[in-house]
Amino acid sequence: MLKLTPLDRGISLSDMNIRPGQFVQVKTPDNATFLRRPISICNIDFFSNQLWILVRDAGNGSRAIMNSPVNSKLNIILPLGNGFAVDKSGPSPILIGGGVGVAPLLMLGAELKERGIQPTFLIGARNKEAILLEKELSAYGPVFVSTDDGSYGSIGLVTQNPVLDNNFSSIYCCGPLPMMKAVAKIASAKSLFCEVSLENVMGCGIGACLCCVEKTTEGNLCVCKEGPVFNINKLLWHN
Amino acid sequence: MAQLGVTIGNLQLSNPVLTASGTFGYGEEFSDFIDLDRLGGFIVKGTTLEPRQGNDYPRMVETPSGMLNAVGLQNKGVDYFIENIYPRLIKYSSEIIVNISGSSVDDYYKVAEKLNTLPRINAIEVNISCPNVKTGGMAFGTTTSGAASVTKAVREAFDKTVIVKLSPNVTDITEIARAVENEGADAVSLINTLMGMAIDVERQRPYLSTYTGGLSGAAVRPVAVRMVWQVHKAVNIPIIGLGGIMNGRDALEFILAGATAIEVGTANFINPAATVEIVKYIDDYCRRHNVNDINQLIGII
Ligand SMILES: Cc1cc2nc3c(=O)[nH]c(=O)nc-3n(C[C@H](O)[C@H](O)[C@H](O)COP(=O)(O)OP(=O)(O)OC[C@H]3O[C@@H](n4cnc5c(N)ncnc54)[C@H](O)[C@@H]3O)c2cc1C
Ligand SMILES: Cc1cc2nc3c(=O)[nH]c(=O)nc-3n(C[C@H](O)[C@H](O)[C@H](O)COP(=O)(O)O)c2cc1C
Ligand code: FES
Repeated sequence: MLKLTPLDRGISLSDMNIRPGQFVQVKTPDNATFLRRPISICNIDFFSNQLWILVRDAGNGSRAIMNSPVNSKLNIILPLGNGFAVDKSGPSPILIGGGVGVAPLLMLGAELKERGIQPTFLIGARNKEAILLEKELSAYGPVFVSTDDGSYGSIGLVTQNPVLDNNFSSIYCCGPLPMMKAVAKIASAKSLFCEVSLENVMGCGIGACLCCVEKTTEGNLCVCKEGPVFNINKLLWHN
Repeated sequence: MAQLGVTIGNLQLSNPVLTASGTFGYGEEFSDFIDLDRLGGFIVKGTTLEPRQGNDYPRMVETPSGMLNAVGLQNKGVDYFIENIYPRLIKYSSEIIVNISGSSVDDYYKVAEKLNTLPRINAIEVNISCPNVKTGGMAFGTTTSGAASVTKAVREAFDKTVIVKLSPNVTDITEIARAVENEGADAVSLINTLMGMAIDVERQRPYLSTYTGGLSGAAVRPVAVRMVWQVHKAVNIPIIGLGGIMNGRDALEFILAGATAIEVGTANFINPAATVEIVKYIDDYCRRHNVNDINQLIGII
């Protein structure tokens, strides 16, 4: 987890109208990569004017970001993308995250709580060590855990977690693609409002290059601009 | 401030900095980052006669100091551009140049003819790196006859400045440049992307849905500078240089090699303010080197 403060003290993150589910484009330190890398906004601490990002080692770029020393500078572009439709949650949403995909759910949970709605969290990972943010999320609602190897919480995939037998008003999900597809299937079967956050590879992050497209009912849409959050009804995942 | 104005055909640009098609959207995407009126002009997305969905995802992969793309000319077609996008762009004072593509000579003719009616479009850039459907998909820009036939058609359809954008995927780019000059092109721009390929060895499959794609970014710069220098020796029309320009220093390399103007492409993805920083760098450079007119630097190598 990295906690970032604007270099220019005059900049207040609260003035930026940042929504949960939006992301930043990070220039990797020491030009570790040629292009920037997209990273979700995990949380905004308005009190200390800090922006949190949670980064997993997936290669050169993410590793360079993770390893940036304390007090070093990071060049980022923000806020990007559309964010979750918070007002569609209904009274009892469930927020499902896999691996580092839990990141945007923290800010989403905070926002829901602020609106007087208590979310339920379901987070999954390979094993106990890979479970992230459990404590932070629990400030906003109950947290259920699944691990592939059963080393913590329920054994198996998040979609096998018994908490899903309860009734929810909506689902918000971010994680590996197979997990999001499985969650979307459950949501469709129950006719629940469901949004997922996609992680297509990006060139620019600002809608200029058309590299990040996803096939939708409205044709190819840019994940960086019309997403990263999509209602599952817009996606062509069933075929 | 040094005199940075340059002339390309009938275009009078306030400075030599333009943007490369496909890397700058319709300009609007960058209005949060820069004042578009400080550019010499901007070249918008590749536009075709009919709407195109482009290629399947994945369309992009990063490579050493560059990237491969296979966007495949996704755009909503020339009529949509004229009705919906052009009216939004005319509030900007810098030149707006439309990049056009086609799969037949007739496509190019029709798109150019439609754009000819727009008063604020004083130039088009003709992308001849597209496959010619009639000759089994070989790109127009890879033969002198293909390049000449497109240039001739566009020249007939468009009264204002015609810039032909050359493909680097040829044995001798100077012969293509001479062929389009002979058919009445007012200027040439080069280079378009270099054809390349990258393979994910763990999954044992190519990164791009199309297998091959176009290489851009810093990695292509030495190839592009060499080609600009060669073409400058071979033709008498102005050259617009591009390929891997990341900053002001890089832009000057092209100007010294023979480019009258330059385009900034992939650099916009990494630094959305790269273009205006380049304008400033060129101005500072002229002052440092006691050059009072940028035109004195063009092609001195
Ligand atoms: C909207 C969005 C939000 C994201 N949020 C987070 C987050 O909060 N935390 C986090 O750790 N990761 C997040 N990611 C994923 C992260 O961007 C990639 O893991 C990272 O770009 C990989 O780069 P690399 O140089 O470390 O690895 P590479 O060696 O370049 O690639 C490793 C893997 O990452 C993918 N990848 C490479 N480049 C990109 C790119 N430009 N965009 C997207 N994927 C890429 C590749 O397909 C490959 O599978 C997010 C991605 C998107 C699109
Ligand atoms: C994502 C992407 C899309 C592009 N689309 C077009 C296009 O529609 N028409 C065109 O003539 N060139 C297109 N190009 C090529 C660029 O305009 C430019 O010639 C090339 O990228 C080299 O310059 P650069 O290294 O500065 O990016 C595209 C390049 C990229 C990276
Ligand atoms: S990453 Fe460039 S358009 Fe989405």
